[in-house]
Amino acid sequence: MKSYYDIIVIGGGHAGIEASAAGARMGLEVALITMDKNAIGRMSCNPAVGGTAKGHLVREIDSLGGLIGQLADRTGIQFKMLNRSKGPAVWSPRSQNDRALYSLEALKLLTQIPNLEILEGIVTKLTIKNRRIESVFLNDVEIKTRAVIIAAGTFLNGKMFTGRVQTEGGRYGEPKVAGLTELLNEMGFISGRLKTGTPPRLDKRTIDFTSLEEQKGDEEPQFFSYLTDNYYLPQVSCYITYTNQKTHEILRQGFLDSPLFTGIIKGVGPRYCPSIEDKIYRFSDKDRHHLFLEPDGLNSDLIYVNGFSSSLPADIQLKAIRTVPGLQKVEMIRPGYAVEYDFFPPYQVDLTLETKLVEGLYFAGQINGTSGYEEAAAQGIIAGINAALKIMNKDPLILKRNEAYIGVLIDDLVNKGTDEPYRMFTSRAEYRLNLRQDNADRRLIKYGYELGLIPAWAYEHVKKKEQEIHRILEWSNITYLKPEIANEILRKYNSPEIDQSENISKLVKRKDVKLTELLEKSEYRFNEDPKISKEAIFQAEIELKYEGYIKRQTEDIQKFLENENILIPKNFDYSKIKSLSMESREKLEKIKPASLGQASRISGIRVTDLSILLVHLK
Amino acid sequence: MNTINDTICAPITANGIGAISIIRVSGPRALEIGDKIFIGKKRLSDSPSHRIYYGRLINDIDDVLVFVFRQPNSYTGEDTIEISHHGNFLISKKIIQLLMEYGARLAEPGEFTKRAFLNGKIDLLQAEAVSEIIQSRSDVAVRSARKQLDGFLSNKIKVIRDYLIEVSGLLELELDFVEEDVEFVDKETVVQKIELIIKQIDDLLKTFQTGKYVYEGINVLILGKPNVGKSSLLNRILNDDRAIVSDIPGTTRDIIKEEIFIYGTLFRFFDTAGLRKSTDIIEEEGIRRARMLFEKADIVVHLVEFDNIDENLNDFNLHASNKYIIKVVNKIDTLTNEQVSKKFSKDMIYISALTGYGLENLFETFKNFALEKNVYSEDLAVISNVRHYEALIQAKNSLINAIESLRQNFSNEFVSVDLRKAVNSLKELTGEITSEEILNSIFAKFCIGK
Repeated sequence: MKSYYDIIVIGGGHAGIEASAAGARMGLEVALITMDKNAIGRMSCNPAVGGTAKGHLVREIDSLGGLIGQLADRTGIQFKMLNRSKGPAVWSPRSQNDRALYSLEALKLLTQIPNLEILEGIVTKLTIKNRRIESVFLNDVEIKTRAVIIAAGTFLNGKMFTGRVQTEGGRYGEPKVAGLTELLNEMGFISGRLKTGTPPRLDKRTIDFTSLEEQKGDEEPQFFSYLTDNYYLPQVSCYITYTNQKTHEILRQGFLDSPLFTGIIKGVGPRYCPSIEDKIYRFSDKDRHHLFLEPDGLNSDLIYVNGFSSSLPADIQLKAIRTVPGLQKVEMIRPGYAVEYDFFPPYQVDLTLETKLVEGLYFAGQINGTSGYEEAAAQGIIAGINAALKIMNKDPLILKRNEAYIGVLIDDLVNKGTDEPYRMFTSRAEYRLNLRQDNADRRLIKYGYELGLIPAWAYEHVKKKEQEIHRILEWSNITYLKPEIANEILRKYNSPEIDQSENISKLVKRKDVKLTELLEKSEYRFNEDPKISKEAIFQAEIELKYEGYIKRQTEDIQKFLENENILIPKNFDYSKIKSLSMESREKLEKIKPASLGQASRISGIRVTDLSILLVHLK
Repeated sequence: MNTINDTICAPITANGIGAISIIRVSGPRALEIGDKIFIGKKRLSDSPSHRIYYGRLINDIDDVLVFVFRQPNSYTGEDTIEISHHGNFLISKKIIQLLMEYGARLAEPGEFTKRAFLNGKIDLLQAEAVSEIIQSRSDVAVRSARKQLDGFLSNKIKVIRDYLIEVSGLLELELDFVEEDVEFVDKETVVQKIELIIKQIDDLLKTFQTGKYVYEGINVLILGKPNVGKSSLLNRILNDDRAIVSDIPGTTRDIIKEEIFIYGTLFRFFDTAGLRKSTDIIEEEGIRRARMLFEKADIVVHLVEFDNIDENLNDFNLHASNKYIIKVVNKIDTLTNEQVSKKFSKDMIYISALTGYGLENLFETFKNFALEKNVYSEDLAVISNVRHYEALIQAKNSLINAIESLRQNFSNEFVSVDLRKAVNSLKELTGEITSEEILNSIFAKFCIGK
């Protein structure tokens, strides 16, 4: 341990991993503080990465040079592209992962990074001087620093509930972090309370899988990381089963002891991830709920019961789960629980995730009110990058809403706040058609490269791909196919035949017609690198097939950027504008938006307020 | 350039109508300027807000009541005085001159409301309703504008808004919650729901014409050969007890325009009387002008004499939509009952501009036209603002695109592009619809949580 680090990251979860890796790989001296080295990257909830919109986040982080994509690929035991029947914008990759291996790999990757040191211990004090962070006390020993990133997850005054039993701690079997919230409160930060939950873990050896519906991964998987070409591990299946009336009846018997229903838990839980008791309470007319049995790892006997999150008494959980087909004789290794923890309403950070109150202090992950590994990792990498950029006296990295889901995430948090754990959905992104998982590299890899987090060869690859895409698009516009050639393809897809030559751009818009076929018929000279060729054709096909929609969206983006580019000076004095209502003034003062566009997204700010602001900005 | 730092003044009541007129002075120097022209018991500058003072204006212009409002508790949000004086155009004019002498500037049309808006006293919809109150000159218009202030239109809009949230929710459900155990709604149902929104929008669009009648009045053109009695008829109408003649007569060369309130609705009469009187105007030019007026008219009174009862208006585009043409037979006093009965038609109105005979039938016709156009309806949410009208049209087009995408089996995220566009077009009317609200509608209705 040294007496000084440029950046100190507190917490070794998914946010802490990205923050410390980014900072160190950008060349700064970084320390990662964790209570337990072996708990780094531990998956607190389901052993899976990605899913709708979350998969997009992972692809974006990967293009910025983050680690979560690689970790998910290296430990993936099932890969699936969700929403494949829909358009490409909402395809979302997801993996099932080996929980134990995930932690091991995370530790391994971090250990390989020079100038990154992992320190075990507890933070006992933070000091500030002139509103700047000055030092961190680890087990009462002072370490000087220029930036601190707090990524403490659910550990801040974490409390777990199973029925009437309460245990202090941030995760099963691990102690809470005490005192850190209070330190921050003393500095003037406001904290709140949130809640989330996790289902019971079952013993695989006591489950009868023979009668259950099997869910396999994709035959041709797509991986998260640009670095991955193939599987690292053997692949396994998940299983689906259902609750029934009997299950619900038993669960209802536990309502009286439910910490949720009796008001013992005060924090607000996520509506998209309700406990099983909440589901049968709120949707009493539903006579069954589906459960996903997910393997915990290749060498683990644990099964994670997705859909059965619960904080009812342990005996009720067991009795209820034994009414479920396949689980009649199941042994429960440990019950589900709810966990309540402190968070800091995210209006207290700006778009770089630096706190508005203390310079050099950053918040990332669940502390900002989010939920999910991917959301945490996204904030981690942004906080790490910006902490480093600031120390290096460089401009911050702020991704806009039209550039990345990461931009949507942080913009939402800062401007709108959240009163439940925030999770990403594709519907939160207004420019969804452009923010695809398949073009994350095209959108972001240049940033990753400029920051030094992406190797030159990967950046070159994307540049070459870009050129190839343009070549294909141009070719498709100017190359006409004669009816006798085109109709051969059109007949195959029962598409009306043509009697006059038509260009490829038009033909490819027909249902099911593939761009590759049209290019082949037109004797297009394909790129000699098959990987670039394949990726470029895929991108060009999307751009051509959905041209009308993408064009409409691009118009919207232009309009959006108009307000985004009207900047508000950092120390703008809202109290001077008497014409703003008191309420609006307070809101603007609180959020301190960087642009008129950002101001427009603050809840409660009206069109009138914006007109007034605009008048005063000119 | 005008700034918000100067003090403005203007009459806020219509010129010449009523026993009392009011002049408003608003801006940082309102009280100071007031003190220079007003002699009362107390200095206005020392007065608290919301007080009334009786006194005299200097130069013995008038006895007046002065109302004091201090910022921000005034209509504009600025320091304001309102001078209530006797309703006389000359007095108003003198007071304004005096105020300007002491440093106030004459307000531009709508400037008080603009300041109220800029000072955050009212929102855009309200500002527009207020400017319509000011501009609209008929009773019904004032009532309707009030209604809008009260959120009548907003209620109608809220229905559209709720539908939009619901449909968006249904579309997003399938995208974001693909692995949930919920039943997705089939495309046809979504199409039907969008069609329902379009219908609501259409209903509002239809009121636009009515809105125009309400706010801008109904144009009546009196058309007929020379000496058929056009001017006599107009004079007769102007002098009728049922008509209140507006104080703003507009006589342009060759065309006489009169504005009259009939049963509370504004009718604007155009008389082409002068068209063929001046011999220096060639025939074609006369017809061209008459045609132009014809296009603008909502009601055309085709005035004929009994001998020419079969005269037609072939010179005009009779198929123009929305035009109501009545044939009116004049000089009925010169005929006997027997003569009339020979060629009587119940589709015509028989009058005598000279004696006033049959005029009540003509008034009844005007009233019926207005009734038919729903002008009198009290609980009507009307669209009268062109920008709102265009926003609704845009939203409608986006919704039609959305249906088209659904029909072509495009996936929901494409449908959603147009739905969002519709939502954005209506933003000014409905307020923002956030993705949070859409997610709310999903969580409220569907059991989410794998």
